[in-house]
Amino acid sequence: MPSPGDAASPSVEEQIAQWRSYLGRRQAIHSVDVAELEDHLREQIAVLAGAGLAPDEAFLVAVKRMGDLDALSREFAREHSDRLWKQLVVVPSDSGEPRARVRTDAIVAFCLAVAAALAIKVPALFGIQMDDQNAGFYARNLSLFVLPLLTGYFVWKRRLGTSTLRWLAVAFVAAGVFANVYPFTPSGESDFPGASTEALTALHLPIALWLAVGIAYAGGRWSQVGGRMDFIRFSGELFIYYVLIALGGGVLTGFMAMIFQAIGIDIEPFFESWLLPCGAMGAIIVASWLVEAKQSVIENMAPVLTRLFSPLFAAVLVAFLGTSLWTGRGVDIERDVLIAFDLLLVVVLGLLLYSISARDPRSPPGAFDVVQVVLVVSALLADAVALWAIAARITEFGFSPNRVAALGENVILLVNLAWSAVLYIRFLRRQGSFTDLERWQTDYLPVYAVWAAIVVIVFPLVFGYN
Amino acid sequence: MEINKDLISASSTPIVLAILTEEDSYGYAILKRVRELSGGRMEWTDGMLYPVLHRLERLGHVEARWEVAESGRRRKYYRITSRGLAQLVEERRQWQAVDATLRGIWQALFLPVPANHPASAVPLPQGA
Repeated sequence: MPSPGDAASPSVEEQIAQWRSYLGRRQAIHSVDVAELEDHLREQIAVLAGAGLAPDEAFLVAVKRMGDLDALSREFAREHSDRLWKQLVVVPSDSGEPRARVRTDAIVAFCLAVAAALAIKVPALFGIQMDDQNAGFYARNLSLFVLPLLTGYFVWKRRLGTSTLRWLAVAFVAAGVFANVYPFTPSGESDFPGASTEALTALHLPIALWLAVGIAYAGGRWSQVGGRMDFIRFSGELFIYYVLIALGGGVLTGFMAMIFQAIGIDIEPFFESWLLPCGAMGAIIVASWLVEAKQSVIENMAPVLTRLFSPLFAAVLVAFLGTSLWTGRGVDIERDVLIAFDLLLVVVLGLLLYSISARDPRSPPGAFDVVQVVLVVSALLADAVALWAIAARITEFGFSPNRVAALGENVILLVNLAWSAVLYIRFLRRQGSFTDLERWQTDYLPVYAVWAAIVVIVFPLVFGYN
Repeated sequence: MEINKDLISASSTPIVLAILTEEDSYGYAILKRVRELSGGRMEWTDGMLYPVLHRLERLGHVEARWEVAESGRRRKYYRITSRGLAQLVEERRQWQAVDATLRGIWQALFLPVPANHPASAVPLPQGA
């Protein structure tokens, strides 16, 4: 009998690899089981080949003897019914060496999470306590406590080259400088209460820096549509994980407060100065690690929510347009109406992005695509109504930094959605491919970051740090 | 001769446990032993053995460990546990009861019994 370990001929190796990946896609059959079955298959092939069969024939017979894969996977599913509920146990995708890597990955992520949790407390060492007086400092720098560490995690994980690393470092250093050199007027003394450029910096810096995270996340694939699309998926999943962790943290804190109350200890000071800031920072790294380590657990969450809410949002928007046409009511312009419409466009864009990210580009247009188009077009019309009303009275309101930022964002989102609508309609009429839309969305990502950077860098200068 | 599926699955537990009582073994070798013992008349679909092994492992009747075989591949070996041995004794008792019942009824019916015994492992020549 020939040694079963002898590598079979290349073509058989290829066939075995195909068989393995085919088997590995079954949810009920884990990679260790695939390894066990593969050992069986190889021994069978070796024995058959020893009996005089050609390698290909031996492979075919061995696969046949293994039995129908559907039936087999049903048997496995019956024995391991728990596996159909994907478990949050981080199992290595292959037995052996990768196990060590999974563990290293977990350790690195954990250390970075602790580092992020502690980083937020470092300024306190230098006398910058977390109180109302320093609220501005913490608000402006919040993203700088955690995003460099998150970027570092991906730099380590993707083994990025030093040239990329240098650019990322420059970006973070520049962010740190712009967030801190400007002599911002404390928000209370500003001409526009609650609308200072400081608040705008605090809001826009994370958006600008998220691009740096994305470049690190994509590794060398940022230039490819696929790499950027993965980053969009990652961002959505990260958001979902983060919300879940935050909810869990809330429950934990609630119980903590309750049981300590019972023995007469008030945890609020501890909660405010340690648990909340440290937990919120560390959770970002932990959530990112979870998204990476277990991409498949809640993988389908963002698309599922999209499917659920796209038709509902579309219905609400159509109803809004219909009502406003029917009653002839214009949009009642108040101070914050533009922000509300910005947020609406962001939500619609999110719905569009995640349905794109989960869609098979090759499948033909369907009913859901029509819903998407209705959603996008109705959002555009609603926004146009609001913009029209605002444009008519903008001189009367004056150009506050807040309003200019909101207007800029509105234009950016409007352009994105308008062209998306065009591409989507082309796709529905089979005049274009779905990948055009995908490419447009992923190409557009830097625009948000650039605008956010402009708000952070230019606005304070133009508006006199108010 | 085809043995019906229910019988195969009912008998798989005692057969696997008994084979593992002989010595520690792994999937392919267990199937080979089944074929030898039954003279080729018990044809299991190869893959189906593994869910059985995993069930026995979950129930604590066998223990599994990964070893590197002489071929250099990693291979999963199974060993019977004391619980497995107790289970085998129990299975054996039940199967003997079934066997005794059937023997009794076969004798009462005076049906011609096929001559070969599983242990003889030689299929009847066709048309003998």
